[in-house]
Amino acid sequence: MELKPTHEVHARRFSRNFGVAVTLLGLVAVVFGLTVVKVKRSGGEMQAFDHVVRPELTEVAQ
Amino acid sequence: MTEISVNATHEYEPTFGDYVALLKPRVMSLVVFTALVGILVAPSGLHPVEAFAAILFIALGAGASGALNMWYDADIDAVMRRTAKRPVPLGRVAPGEALAIGIALSGISVVMLGLATNLFAAGLLAFTIFFYAVIYTMWLKRWTPQNIVIGGAAGAFPPMIGWAAVTGDVSVASALMFALIFMWTPPHFWALALFMKSDYDDAGVPMLTVTHGRPSTRRHILAYTVLLAPVPVWLALTSVGGPVTLAVAVALNLWFLKGAVQIWRRDEVMAEADGYKVEKAFFRFSLYYLFAHFGALLIDQALGLAGWA
Repeated sequence: MELKPTHEVHARRFSRNFGVAVTLLGLVAVVFGLTVVKVKRSGGEMQAFDHVVRPELTEVAQ
Repeated sequence: MTEISVNATHEYEPTFGDYVALLKPRVMSLVVFTALVGILVAPSGLHPVEAFAAILFIALGAGASGALNMWYDADIDAVMRRTAKRPVPLGRVAPGEALAIGIALSGISVVMLGLATNLFAAGLLAFTIFFYAVIYTMWLKRWTPQNIVIGGAAGAFPPMIGWAAVTGDVSVASALMFALIFMWTPPHFWALALFMKSDYDDAGVPMLTVTHGRPSTRRHILAYTVLLAPVPVWLALTSVGGPVTLAVAVALNLWFLKGAVQIWRRDEVMAEADGYKVEKAFFRFSLYYLFAHFGALLIDQALGLAGWA
């Protein structure tokens, strides 16, 4: 005998949690995609190396 | 020894599918399609990611108003066969939860549409949700037999919102897309009311069939179908229409008018005798009618034939 049989309510709860998680991840993806599109359109540069030294910035500052 | 008893009764916990059902996914499919056409036929255009987001949030707004409708109408939904299996009357989603989901999704969809496209489109979406949830559901539906006519405006806004998401304004073409769905709604729903008769009677919803009788409903179907017919023809002659739209408009409206005349000439004895065959066929045809018109606009756009007249 299974010690902790899965109650039907757990299956339903899992379905709900999984669905909400996927939906929220989808929302994050849409917001990220929109941000990229809008930043690029406004002429902003998308750089993926924010935590390294960028000599071009220091040159501009000097 | 102390006896520990566990109360094993649970309140029903909704599945994700119950939440999806709350958003009326079948209505949403029409909203998605018409909003998509509104976006694609508009001059200039959106980046594909923006267009996707716009359609997503217009659909979410429609879903939110569906959830608010199910929260408010749970009492009459429980009585009608067609709606008795909705999540709230079945007890799968608590009324308060449906209300919370409706309000939350309304806010998210309006704000996100505004951020993704422009404030005018977001304002139109907010007005649509308000119109469907408050003006139609809470006020008109239980008060006047013209509920379907005025409530139909809510379903007619999506192509106009799609257009506004691109251009930030309203035009003759977008107003005619609105008018097409607006004028189509009454004959579509009254045909349904003719053969789903006991439902609206039992729920006490003042459908035209209940308040003015069936012969009057048949006359109304004919009148609205006659008024509907010129709308898609005019649309075919605007900047978004083309020869395909015109051909579809002429053919389908002749067919639709023929059906409406048949419905008008029949009485209840004839309808009962053949199990509402004509009314059911008219209703089924009305579903294809709308998809065909908006599909024709897309074909004209894709073939570069739009704006021919």
